[in-house]
Amino acid sequence: MIEWRDEGALLKVRKHGENSAIIEVFTQSHGRAAGVVRGGTSRKIAPMLQPGAQLDVTWKARLEEHLGAFTIEPIRSRAAQVMSDRLALAGLNAVTSILTHVLPEREDHRALYHRTVQLLDLLGQGEVWPLAYLQWELVLLEDLGFGLDLSACAVTGRNDDLIYVSPRTGRAVGRHAAGDWADKLLPLPHVLLGQGSADVADILAALKTTGHFLNNHLVPSLGDRALPEARARLLERIAKEG
Amino acid sequence: MSQAPKDIDALIDLMARLPGLGPRSARRAVLHLIKKRGQLLSPLADAMTTVGATARECLNCGNIGTSDICDICASEKRSIGQICVVEDVADLWAMERAGVFKGRYHVLGGTLSALDDIGPDELRIPKLRDRVTTEGVTEVILALGATIDGQTTAHYIADELQGVQVTSLAQGVPVGGELDYLDDGTITAALNARKSV
Repeated sequence: MIEWRDEGALLKVRKHGENSAIIEVFTQSHGRAAGVVRGGTSRKIAPMLQPGAQLDVTWKARLEEHLGAFTIEPIRSRAAQVMSDRLALAGLNAVTSILTHVLPEREDHRALYHRTVQLLDLLGQGEVWPLAYLQWELVLLEDLGFGLDLSACAVTGRNDDLIYVSPRTGRAVGRHAAGDWADKLLPLPHVLLGQGSADVADILAALKTTGHFLNNHLVPSLGDRALPEARARLLERIAKEG
Repeated sequence: MSQAPKDIDALIDLMARLPGLGPRSARRAVLHLIKKRGQLLSPLADAMTTVGATARECLNCGNIGTSDICDICASEKRSIGQICVVEDVADLWAMERAGVFKGRYHVLGGTLSALDDIGPDELRIPKLRDRVTTEGVTEVILALGATIDGQTTAHYIADELQGVQVTSLAQGVPVGGELDYLDDGTITAALNARKSV
């Protein structure tokens, strides 16, 4: 019997048979892991199985390649904090659905895990959350091998006046180095460099740039399915509450 | 392997597909029905035939009835100013059991789900929008689950329905509940929704 114990954030729940549920948890050491929770739809357990919940999980299976079964202990629920907050709900939906979509199963992504837990813990703090979400997307891209390199101009090596990002390489490009290619490059909002006021317009522009790399680099590497709609809904909500 | 004749075996197989029944309990239920043929089996078969022929979804609200417009929508005793939005028919029946709501219903047929890619068009939200504008509705009561998907749906509907009062069921301590036994989320929701006494 193979067994491990870990802590993680619940990403997805779906009913399995009459009484059980199959859950997906983003764990600290085992990455995205799936398993059956027996009695997962019962009155006692179902309230714990809300996306975003922080759980202590024990996974058991006879063979490594089996789906396996989880026993769970709740650490903290995040559902109550977000239910009355539209931005928080949209944020939680976006984070959990993107992670479910892009994370490979059973692969350690510890840095991304820690940023995800920090981000989920900030849910409900509307004034800082959009910026935290943007930074999380940058870590997500980095962790999955599509990180942006904004440290210096890809052409000149200089690190001043960086205002573009190459849509192909994800590297920064300076104003003077862009030349005739300027209209083919993506904008590099100051917020991506950790500069400026990080207002909503700047954050949305930056999310458009990170969205390009999610949609055109990360997602195609995973197959045909498009990025979940939840991200677009989150961006709409950020713009509305701006 | 079952020792029952072929027809009975087929019945056991069908019964075993029902919620709450497995092969063993289906076999017991079928044996019981056969033993009580007069009192149970024949009336049950008749009732199932009738329901199979007449049951249909209400064209207006999505409730299950025996005509195109269900009894609740057709009733003149029901207030037309309030619509209670529920996820599915089981929730509508639960509300009716309580017997306190005298308006009409709207059954969505599910909730929005980011993870399962269920969007507004998969639910009966466009029909709800039509009803609000054509039926003189003054209040829409959202009786959706206290879950992430339920509340995402509630906020979406509230944003969609302009010019009408949108309310939702309260969340908190259940009748007969003791704080010691409540989960953290329920206590948080109850505290956030506290009221003057």
